[in-house]
Amino acid sequence: MSTAVVSTSAALGRHIVFDAEAVPEPRPFSMSGVTPASRLSVRPAPEMVPSGIAAIDELTGGLPRGCLTEICGPASSGRTALLLAALSAATQRGEFCALVDASDALDPQSAAAAGVQLERLLWIRCGESSPQKHFSTRQKSDSTRKEGRNAENRLEQVLRVTDLLLESGGFGVVALDLADLPPQAARRIPLATWFRFRRAVEPTSTVLLTLEPQPIAGSCSSLVMKLQADSGCYLSKSPLAFSPGRIPITEISHVPSHAQLLDEIEIKAELIRSRLERKPVGSAAVAFASRTAWADVKAG
Amino acid sequence: MPFACIYVPNFPVAALLRAEPELRTQAVAVLEGKPPLEKVWAVNEKAGRIGIAPGMTKAQAQLCSELALRPRSALQESSAHAALLDCTQSFSPRVEDSACDTALLDLAGLESLFGPLPTIAHRMFRRAADLGLVVNVAVAASADAAWLAARGLPGVTVIPLGKEAEPLGPLPVEVMFADGLTATQKEKSEQLLATLDRWGARNLRALAALPDVALSERLGQAGLRLQQRARGTASHTLVPLEPALVFEEAMELEHPIVLLEPLAFLLNRLLEQLCNRLAVRALAAQELRLTLELDYRAGASDESDDLIENRGIPRESDAPHQEEKSGFAQNPPHNNQHFSSTRQNRFCRTLRLPLPMLDAKLFLKLLQLDLNAHPPGAPIVKIHLAAEPSRPRSAQGGLFRPPSPEPEKLELTLARIAGIVGENKVGSLELLDTYRPEGFRMRRFVAEAEQKKSATGQKHDADQKLNSPWLTDTAETKSAITALRLFRPPLHATVTLHDSQPAFVVCAKKKDVQGDVLWKAGPWRISGDWWEREAWAREEWDIALQNENGVALYRLVHDLLGGAWFIEGTYD
Repeated sequence: MSTAVVSTSAALGRHIVFDAEAVPEPRPFSMSGVTPASRLSVRPAPEMVPSGIAAIDELTGGLPRGCLTEICGPASSGRTALLLAALSAATQRGEFCALVDASDALDPQSAAAAGVQLERLLWIRCGESSPQKHFSTRQKSDSTRKEGRNAENRLEQVLRVTDLLLESGGFGVVALDLADLPPQAARRIPLATWFRFRRAVEPTSTVLLTLEPQPIAGSCSSLVMKLQADSGCYLSKSPLAFSPGRIPITEISHVPSHAQLLDEIEIKAELIRSRLERKPVGSAAVAFASRTAWADVKAG
Repeated sequence: MPFACIYVPNFPVAALLRAEPELRTQAVAVLEGKPPLEKVWAVNEKAGRIGIAPGMTKAQAQLCSELALRPRSALQESSAHAALLDCTQSFSPRVEDSACDTALLDLAGLESLFGPLPTIAHRMFRRAADLGLVVNVAVAASADAAWLAARGLPGVTVIPLGKEAEPLGPLPVEVMFADGLTATQKEKSEQLLATLDRWGARNLRALAALPDVALSERLGQAGLRLQQRARGTASHTLVPLEPALVFEEAMELEHPIVLLEPLAFLLNRLLEQLCNRLAVRALAAQELRLTLELDYRAGASDESDDLIENRGIPRESDAPHQEEKSGFAQNPPHNNQHFSSTRQNRFCRTLRLPLPMLDAKLFLKLLQLDLNAHPPGAPIVKIHLAAEPSRPRSAQGGLFRPPSPEPEKLELTLARIAGIVGENKVGSLELLDTYRPEGFRMRRFVAEAEQKKSATGQKHDADQKLNSPWLTDTAETKSAITALRLFRPPLHATVTLHDSQPAFVVCAKKKDVQGDVLWKAGPWRISGDWWEREAWAREEWDIALQNENGVALYRLVHDLLGGAWFIEGTYD
């Protein structure tokens, strides 16, 4: 009978001796049901598609297919401009897109001006005049509670509709516009829901976009961008330009209002998180301008 | 030239069993006549074995507890007849509609397409079975021989050329006289049968063996023609039929249906029959029309209403108003007031499909969703379902073409979404030729690959983008467009003016939107439709307000006709 030293316990400072024949042969990993890390296939990098804004593409490499992308920022920060640019680029590529509009806030004229092919855009307007609302009793209540209940109803509609759209498949972009929802309502979306959306969209070539005031999907999102209007620089660059952050009203009172024109907003886009590059992104940021539809007319 | 004949034995019972296949294992009798003078019109084999015979009264038949009694339904019989013709038309375009239960078809030239004659006969038999009919199929060199063989011999019979006398010989003489004769014809045929019976010619062989001259002297040309048919040598000119492409199925219910679930069960059966008929004709459905006859009994309306509420069919007045653009339309259109005052007995729904489809399960789900949203509002006594046929779509998906939603799946998804958010809240946009605010309308969303661009143009674009996607896309959209996010409905605002310009804004509904106007541009005055009742005129201001997250830009609107101020949206 032969003996062999098969293990050393440094912590105990002694050698443990086993009978070599009594020690079972280590089973291959595949037989034990665990795949060794060396055999794990590396998840392929998602295909990136243009966002429709060159600066954003430089910053992020585009929008990833099969992933959840969050675009967040306060009001007038250019979120909708970015969304419409992405929809425009997708529809011009020949893809069909869906917009789940939680607040029924889409302006068709803006969408058309951004170049969105409207016949390729499925617009779902969540709101109050749904069948559920129709059957509900109309009782007077305070406005805050009513608003909160409406937000919850809209949110429920958004989630159910998104589930259906992702299950149906075939859309190039599915966008969830939660930008006008109260943050407390948006934060009530369980993380499991985002995880489900992410799993549903992963094997597809759909870009799942969400617009919201703050990031809410946690680690389920592959790309998080924060937009912010450049303070005081989003108005016309003409000599009559006014920076509301810097100049008090009294100083520009001599400028007649009809001589002013909102022609562009300068936007700063910051990359908050990207799981695509497998490294910390730091504080990468770019700036771009969104122009109003009538600015080109004026320039022309 | 070979001919085939398809015959449905015991047609009233066959039509009934096609509509109610679960009765195939039971004894069934079909009743004819007005209550209470109903009599048994036809019975199946099992009913015959337990002693039920045509001509018995309903009361006599009811003594047998295991017998299923059903009234004769012209709708079911016409559907079965249409299915029979569909079956024949799926093989040959030259079809003669001989009787409600018999169809003759010309098989010339079909052998190269379907195989030898026995194969064709068996395929006909199977296809008829798929359509819910148990038939006799006979193939012979002459139309008359095929006709006699189909009516006299069960199953599939193929008679070789020149050997017609052998299989036809033992058949009784009664086989030669069709069922659907007029009273005069029936009387003549009975006289003729009685004469032949006296002569001892009780089968076709005996009739064929009678001497020609003697027969001619006694019965004239009619007798000679009968003999030629019995010998299988008569020539029959086929009169081809061009049936209209009408695909309808109907069902009359003995007891009114109150719940939607059993209705779905019956709809499923009708839809499967319709889809089978469409499939054998290589067609698809472009539109489905569902007509329900409702039972508004006089004097029992309140009771009926209570019943409806308790059993689950909500009233029509509870349902949201439907619009045609969603794909579902009510025909004829009516409003709730009209519905409740006239108590019309018909409830019609039309399901318009964006593309020709042929999927009974999909149709059922769409109809279910539609009926859930627009319930009939009364017990249902009759269901009528019609399909508008169309050529099936033949689209070849390109390898390099971007993916698009599958039409069947998308249709179901859209119907489900419409059930969640409302029918007029789903679709694609169409801008109207107007400057009026909200100048757009919702259209039905159709995911068609080819919409505007020609196939060549799109291929060219796709190729170009495939070669240099970044160049083309970034070149197309170099700068973003500032978008307006609308508040629907616009937020009512209280505006303090300074030198006729907004200086301070308060919005009661949205606490963020209030404060000093930091910057303003405007007013931009627009108006329109002054020649119509809904004229509009407004001044638009672009204003900047401070909120907790910074400065936000809003569009402030002054309604010049009403005098009110609104925050229409925010620039984003």
